[in-house]
Amino acid sequence: MTALQQLPVLVVLVPLLAAPLCVLLDRRRLAWLVALAAGSSCALLALLLQRQVQLGGPISYALGGWPPPWGIEYRIDRLNSYVLLVVTGVAALVLAFARHSVDREIAPERQVSFYAVLLLALAGLVGICVTGDAFNLFVFLEISSLASYGLISLGRDRRALTAAFQYLVMGTIGATFILIGIGLLYLMTGTLNLAHLAELLPAVAETRTVRAGLAFLTVGIGLKLALFPLHLWLPNAYAYAPSVVSALLAASATKVALYALIRVLFTLFGAALVFDTLGVQQILLPLAALGVLACSTVAIFQRDLKRLLAYSSVAQVGYMLLGVGLGSVGGLAAALNHLFNHALMKGALFMALGAVCYRLGSVQLRDLAGIGRRMPWTMAAFLIAALSLLGVPLTAGFVSKWLLLQAALERGWWWMVAVLVGGSLLALVYVGRVIEVAYLRPSPVAGRCEAPPGLLLPLWVLALANLWFGVDTSFSVGAAVAAATALLGSAGT
Amino acid sequence: MDLMVLLAGLFNYWVAIVLMMSGFYVVIARGNLVKKLVGLGLFQASVFILYISIGKVQGGHAPILGALIERYSNPLPQVLILTAIVVGVATTAVGLALIVRIRAAYGTVEEAQILAQERAEDAAQAEHPDDPA
Repeated sequence: MTALQQLPVLVVLVPLLAAPLCVLLDRRRLAWLVALAAGSSCALLALLLQRQVQLGGPISYALGGWPPPWGIEYRIDRLNSYVLLVVTGVAALVLAFARHSVDREIAPERQVSFYAVLLLALAGLVGICVTGDAFNLFVFLEISSLASYGLISLGRDRRALTAAFQYLVMGTIGATFILIGIGLLYLMTGTLNLAHLAELLPAVAETRTVRAGLAFLTVGIGLKLALFPLHLWLPNAYAYAPSVVSALLAASATKVALYALIRVLFTLFGAALVFDTLGVQQILLPLAALGVLACSTVAIFQRDLKRLLAYSSVAQVGYMLLGVGLGSVGGLAAALNHLFNHALMKGALFMALGAVCYRLGSVQLRDLAGIGRRMPWTMAAFLIAALSLLGVPLTAGFVSKWLLLQAALERGWWWMVAVLVGGSLLALVYVGRVIEVAYLRPSPVAGRCEAPPGLLLPLWVLALANLWFGVDTSFSVGAAVAAATALLGSAGT
Repeated sequence: MDLMVLLAGLFNYWVAIVLMMSGFYVVIARGNLVKKLVGLGLFQASVFILYISIGKVQGGHAPILGALIERYSNPLPQVLILTAIVVGVATTAVGLALIVRIRAAYGTVEEAQILAQERAEDAAQAEHPDDPA
């Protein structure tokens, strides 16, 4: 067997094995280098996988050589490879960014453990993306969640501890709900393999057990996804975690949870069953719309920038769910494209805040007066990512918002257009506040204090990616449309 | 459905429901962080009972290969639950580690007192000149 055939398992194994290697080496710089090497190789492997799927169709890999449905299967198709690529890509950039930021924010004796746990979180997130087995999904979900609880608790403020504990309690309840859902589906079909479940479920779909299973799965994944009103853990977790952790989680954790929800709704159950028969739309769409409007409004009143971006993240998840709730190829493609673009935007925004925190030690709005002139490169990248968040033409954010609008108009749902436009106007207010304070207010302290190149380079790569994918959408939209067509065209595999 | 079958035949599932709701109630209603973790453990235990009840085959022996045994219970749910128990242990360990650090940082593990300390901190900070926006 060649190495190329082992790609699906390698992409999980590399970060998983690099984590204990970090601990064994026990030196801060070496640990960072190992983490960076693992993250970059992971991203490269994800790129290779994406090419393989594009050329050859879905890949099925039997773990240990045991054939599905009895063995665990890793199944990479268009949807997986797309999400995997963006998650690993942003993770690699965040790891490159991490060296200076971690030096400033985390005590030296904890840094080795930090990098090890970060790699475990990455391994968990990647595992969720590649697996084709329902229980394996739960296990990887718990791996990434437990690692996240640990990572968040390393923030400087003592509130990071209570934020991590709150996330632990809520996250465990969510994961247990997912476990119950998987159990109920297993009860009715006798299999855990996602593709096999998709074949067997239509026969038993009208039973109360399967409906309860779907409900438990949706609520459990919704909690991890920060679906309004299950998002209460997110603002504290993102606000008090170290900057690197906020950047990584904001760009990957909720995206992977959304991928899991799309898998459950469209691959396991099928769009016809979920939307027409069971009416999941009626629950998802109002909650998503409320999430967009309520959280964008709350974001306006925040004085802590990380908290502001956290509420903005919940609102953006609402956008993605509006796309999913449309149930059409256009809607689903728009949601996937927004998943991709949002990872780029929020990754860049949180990294810019990380650079500001590196220099100023604070991300409170009142401390940022005039920062645009003192840290021009950092704030220029922040500005580009913020324009992308607003959906200004030529940026990536415009593309996904445009696709969402088109999909909503295609269905004739004017209320959704109103929600989308309303959300963007509210975003204009809270982004505008930050830009105004950063650029238009006089700075109390004179003199430049730009961030070091080690922080600026990954930040600018992401910021430029926002511009690139706003202009050249052949990959980001093309792959999303292909994935959506594959999901909605077939009822199962 | 016949009442006897409903109560006695589905007894395992009733136990699972009672445990689940008790655990959930403890998580929500108790302010002590350690008690919340205990409630979480109860909540997870109910799921274990649910899975194992699913796997039982009438007249089935424990799924260990034996010479004269013809019928076994389904081993798969038992394997799944072993994994889930380990996950539960890890979660409890992380939770307890967090509680130890919270105790060191706040001096208490009562949620009400922690919130009171945080609110006092916020109020003290609000006395500084606020941001102009």
